[in-house]
Amino acid sequence: MNPTNNPTFADQQSSSDVVGKPLVRVDGRAKVMGAAVYSAEHNQLPDLAHAVIKTSDVAKGRITGFDDSAAKRIPGVLGIFTHLNLPPLAQTPSTSEGKKKIALAMQMSFTPLTSDQIFYAGQPVAIVVADTLEHAQHAAALLKVSVVAETPVVSYRDTQAKLFTPTEGAAAQVPAKRGDAQAAFSNAPVQLTLTCQHATNHHNPMEPGATIAHWEAADRVTVYDTTQAIASTHKALYVMLGLPPDNVRVVTKFLGGGFGSKLTMWPHTVLTAQVAKAVGRPVKLVLTRPQMFTSMGHREDQQQTLRLGATKEGKLLALLHEKISTTSPWDNYAEMNSKIVHMLYACPNFDASVKLARANVMTSTYMRGPGEAPGSFAIECAMDDLAYQVGLDPIAIRLLNHADKDPGTGKPWSSKSLKQCYERGAELFGWGKRNPKNGATRQGNKLVGWGMASGSYPVHDAQGNARVRLYADGHALVQAAATDLGTGTYTIITQVAADSLGIAPENVYFELGDSALPTTAMSGGSRAAGTVSSSVFLAAQDVWQKLIKLAIADQHSPVYKAKPADVEAVKGRLQLKADSTKGEAFITLMQRIGLDDLEGVATGHYGSSYESPEATLNTPQAKKDDAASHSMHSFSAHFCEVEVDTELGTVHVTRWVSVVAAGRILNSMTARSQVIGGSIFGIGAALMEGTVRDPHLARYTNASLADYHVCVHADIPEMTVAFIDEEDRYINAMGVKGLGEVSIVGTSAAVSNAIFHAIGHRLTSLPITPDKVLKALRKTQ
Amino acid sequence: MASEWSPGSSSRRTFIKQTTGLAGLTLAPMNQAEPSAPGPTLVQGATELSLRINGRVYSLRAEPRTTLLDALREYLHLTGTKKGCDHGQCGACTVHVDGERITSCLTLAIMQQGKQITTIEGLAKGDQLHPMQEAFLKHDGFQCGYCTPGQIMSAVACIREGHATSDDQCREWMSGNICRCGAYPNILAAIREVASSQ
Repeated sequence: MNPTNNPTFADQQSSSDVVGKPLVRVDGRAKVMGAAVYSAEHNQLPDLAHAVIKTSDVAKGRITGFDDSAAKRIPGVLGIFTHLNLPPLAQTPSTSEGKKKIALAMQMSFTPLTSDQIFYAGQPVAIVVADTLEHAQHAAALLKVSVVAETPVVSYRDTQAKLFTPTEGAAAQVPAKRGDAQAAFSNAPVQLTLTCQHATNHHNPMEPGATIAHWEAADRVTVYDTTQAIASTHKALYVMLGLPPDNVRVVTKFLGGGFGSKLTMWPHTVLTAQVAKAVGRPVKLVLTRPQMFTSMGHREDQQQTLRLGATKEGKLLALLHEKISTTSPWDNYAEMNSKIVHMLYACPNFDASVKLARANVMTSTYMRGPGEAPGSFAIECAMDDLAYQVGLDPIAIRLLNHADKDPGTGKPWSSKSLKQCYERGAELFGWGKRNPKNGATRQGNKLVGWGMASGSYPVHDAQGNARVRLYADGHALVQAAATDLGTGTYTIITQVAADSLGIAPENVYFELGDSALPTTAMSGGSRAAGTVSSSVFLAAQDVWQKLIKLAIADQHSPVYKAKPADVEAVKGRLQLKADSTKGEAFITLMQRIGLDDLEGVATGHYGSSYESPEATLNTPQAKKDDAASHSMHSFSAHFCEVEVDTELGTVHVTRWVSVVAAGRILNSMTARSQVIGGSIFGIGAALMEGTVRDPHLARYTNASLADYHVCVHADIPEMTVAFIDEEDRYINAMGVKGLGEVSIVGTSAAVSNAIFHAIGHRLTSLPITPDKVLKALRKTQ
Repeated sequence: MASEWSPGSSSRRTFIKQTTGLAGLTLAPMNQAEPSAPGPTLVQGATELSLRINGRVYSLRAEPRTTLLDALREYLHLTGTKKGCDHGQCGACTVHVDGERITSCLTLAIMQQGKQITTIEGLAKGDQLHPMQEAFLKHDGFQCGYCTPGQIMSAVACIREGHATSDDQCREWMSGNICRCGAYPNILAAIREVASSQ
């Protein structure tokens, strides 16, 4: 118990009934019946029209004219919009004023259809609206666009590319150096240099980006959008449309995956609102799958070089990380790979740098485990090489360099169970039976390899609000403008609300995905579970505080005239702490005093801005400063077995074990699903995912799901997942670290390390396709 | 009904199966009981169509180029069937036509008149879920749920085809249905459970 006697959730753990349990998804029935309504499916709107975007095939150039004579003859065409006739926006992120107002709600500062300039292939150059989808598609196809093409820059590898060191933007946020890494590397007895190449990757959520804009009045619009971030999409829209915030409503009830692509708003969303206003009808826009490759960002193509210096025994002395990547003509974005290199192992000397080259591509963006996913590939492959070089087991080298405190900040960890992840993973995988020799385990024409890697992801600061309305009949309405992109938000928040209120989960109705609800954090950077669960838990505490005040003032209550601090709420009962028999159910109290419902609100914090629950309840802030004095991360270990076909060069993952320590796990079943999903995403990145721009035209050559390969059923073996229980009182009221990102971090390295063990060659150019494997195998033969 | 025209169905359907990656060669033979078509008729512009979906007859006015998928989603508001790629590459739009699974984006609505079409909305019997739907819930065979209707329709057909008798066989025959959230092991568990109980 804390000094103020307001229980934290951790204190209530023994009484938790459904938190942590594998409750079947509360939205699952709607999903398996096809009844869940996604953003493009709000078909009930009157006279709903369809928009189709016409994109540029050319990556650089200037539009000299449009010929819409054939297009406008198509029946049902309501409007053909280009930069010449589209009504302008009040603000765009292209100006400094607009950028300041829109801030991080848009990743790309360029707004299409504002000039005749073409900067990337796939850039929208026109938008056609018609009464049916077929008419809109046909008219868009008939619209002729005349373009004077210029020679584009394709990537950082282009001979025309000019590398520069960014001084502003996300790409400039390099972790602070420590010691003298260059000197320490030069003097290190063991020196390793690892250069990794990463192909462009695309998120490809199964649900394409889609928007329906419905102007209910000339100055009021509801936008049904595929967004992971209700609040920031809402903000971007009202700023760009020049409307009061209350006049814009954003709704996302079901989201078909996102993985970062739906985290910030992209131009097509506001374009839909613009054309809907212009034609005076609700308009639906759904991006085509090829358009998904040029509309909602990607993980940038990049090269990273990690130089690692160590003692002969394998103790790290120096880490030097350099990254080069492609960015757009306007923005300085690069995912920050060096964050994880900075903190994963104890190492006295560290330095990192980032270089960018502008090319004719759209701005890249956050993609599952941004920075940590590729960064972990570099550090975890390098550690594997180091283990091999000094003759240690891959787990032993990691234990030898284990960071007992945050190497970057020197702060203690709020909690860290990485060693337990290694231990449990090794046990589940049977790691002890691993052949210490590389390239030495053969089964027929296959070489078998076992690899492992660590993962970690920071706890980002976030906060959010929630509202809980408890009814005298025993049910509750819980509200927060969160989203559930498949991560299980609907379900885990229902569980938290049920336990916090002492009612059954079927009596909780959790409403999310609407900007009219209390604002909360985006579903990104693994923020949502911790933030939303904490705010709902605290809003429930607010309900209890109000009920306790009513109870002690009611002469018929068993706790009449007790001090508030002497009363507690346990499983829906208000009772004396000293004598639990003196109490009654909240239903009894509320019905007796004629109170139909009672509302509680709260703000939940996540990360270093977290104040303990009692602080939020305006009581002494005993723990207020604890959070900021700790370094907060989740950790994981992944184990992989591969079979490499020596004749075909194909790599098949045949066994997989992930062990994750991420604070409190709110639902063991949905958490497991999220972890296997992250691993499968990482296996895809390791073995098959890569978007290829034509080296002359800078146009994607494989922008489809037939040509951009993601894992399918046949690629994936049975997978084992385990969690290490952690009780972390520093991160948020619920002790939840989140799982979305940490589930992918380290996975690609585990695959590469298994291939290294199988064939005895280190492959660091992703994806590791059969041609690369065969080339390496030929070196042996 | 404006037209009874149906294309040379055997070649068209073989094409569809091959394009979906479901390798139709070993599928059950074509239903020979189809009524013979009275010969090609030119159909232009929006016409009245009639589709038998989930045991009910739906009338709609759509163009011949309207795909079955768009007819379901945009004309009949049966939005349970999902559009993931519109090119037969992802399987999200899988429905049953005369008991066989097809990707509804690769066929035209007008071609499916007179056939029995089953979509995800027609799988449950009222409130009682189909065993495959129950198994997907129990094994958490999805996250975002967007590929789920296609996975479930494909899974039901996969068992009916006799292609879910081992884990590896089932993985192979379900590989036309992409799940980007990565629920594959859970989907496999669901299908194998249903297959083994039949």
